[in-house]
Amino acid sequence: MLNVGKIEEGFVLDHIKAGQSLSIYHHLQLDKMDHTVAIIKNAKSDKMGKKDILKVECDIDELNLDVLGVIDKNITVNVIKAGEIVEKRELTLPKEIKHIFKCKNPRCITSIEQELPHIFFLADEKEGVYRCRYCEEKFDKRRLVQ
Amino acid sequence: MQGNPIRHLMNPLDFTVEELDRLFDLAGDIEKNPDKYRKACEGKKLATCFYEPSTRTRLSFEAAMINLGGEVLGFSEASSSSASKGESVSDTIRVISCYADICAMRHPKEGAAYVAASKSLIPVINAGDGGHQHPTQTLTDLLTIRSLKGSLSNFTIGLCGDLKFGRTVHSLINALTRYDNVRFVFISPEELRVPDYITDMLRNKGIAYEEVISLEDVIDKLDILYMTRVQRERFFNEEDYVRLKDFYILTKSKMDKASSDMLILHPLPRVNEISVEIDEDPRAAYFKQAQYGVYVRMALILTLLGISVD
Repeated sequence: MLNVGKIEEGFVLDHIKAGQSLSIYHHLQLDKMDHTVAIIKNAKSDKMGKKDILKVECDIDELNLDVLGVIDKNITVNVIKAGEIVEKRELTLPKEIKHIFKCKNPRCITSIEQELPHIFFLADEKEGVYRCRYCEEKFDKRRLVQ
Repeated sequence: MQGNPIRHLMNPLDFTVEELDRLFDLAGDIEKNPDKYRKACEGKKLATCFYEPSTRTRLSFEAAMINLGGEVLGFSEASSSSASKGESVSDTIRVISCYADICAMRHPKEGAAYVAASKSLIPVINAGDGGHQHPTQTLTDLLTIRSLKGSLSNFTIGLCGDLKFGRTVHSLINALTRYDNVRFVFISPEELRVPDYITDMLRNKGIAYEEVISLEDVIDKLDILYMTRVQRERFFNEEDYVRLKDFYILTKSKMDKASSDMLILHPLPRVNEISVEIDEDPRAAYFKQAQYGVYVRMALILTLLGISVD
């Protein structure tokens, strides 16, 4: 069994579907930040068989985890302070997602005006459907695992 | 728009049913008493910002403002505006806000009018944004139905032709879902079916609809037939356009199967989808519809500018 050390402050994202950790790494924009990150792939899980785990050492106010609710509500978010789990955060669907996904509709105004923020709003909470704020094109969730 | 007291029109749903009733009552009064409104907008200016050509919609807006005694300025294609120099919609509307009191904007990209409204200091009317929304056409359609059928409830409407890219259709469906007992029949080739967000919305609201390919099979059960043109500019591929453009043509023989009081509507311009022999049929209402378009735009301009005429 591979051992990765404890973190002092940050997040442990557990119960990620096996194979999704890298895409979550990118959606959280961790590639653009300077935090220490451990990506554990295909860890054994009683519940899931195999799972991924992501450990991020950072100030807990610094990372916006809204996008996780869109990707998979079953991910467990453990908030770590002083090396201990202080909170297990429940994931919800954010009302709005800004600056994370780009609208892919070639007819959308965002396709020609580069400075516009890309915004998706929660159009159907029950079905978890998001639409572009400008053109209302449905966000294709298959993009989340790419 | 949140945090912005200026009233815009982006989508037919921006107005409540009660507000629409007031708008249509006003349009009805304008129709009956045009002289009463001749000077209502004296000293006011309408900017028509058209990034793609649409003579009919632009002239309808301009006629509306002129009928109200106002002035008109603007551009009729992107090449004659600063957009050709790379100016953004946000910057253009900030400048136009200094020149005019109200703006009607048409843009080939979806959401452009929303961008303009979010930065504008004057009311913005979406005069069509790509294949997305065309609310003033919808107001025209609603006023036509209300005036000629007497009500916006209890009928079956067939929408025929390009239901995928046809923004007038999308806007009209959205608006009609707020009235009681309106049933939809979508008549289109497979490639031009109504988008999923529309059918999702209808299912969620429990509104009856059916999708068919043959117009002749359903024409007898329609109270209103809304015809649309297959538009070349919405296709990326000329081959697809040529293959689908003649899919539906409304002829006298098809009309023989329709009920005696079925209303034929069309947002115009028509190409060949309604045979000219139908024009004399009393059920053909598409030219009256164009006249209602001017009345409803007059009512809209007055409403958004907060002008009332006693």
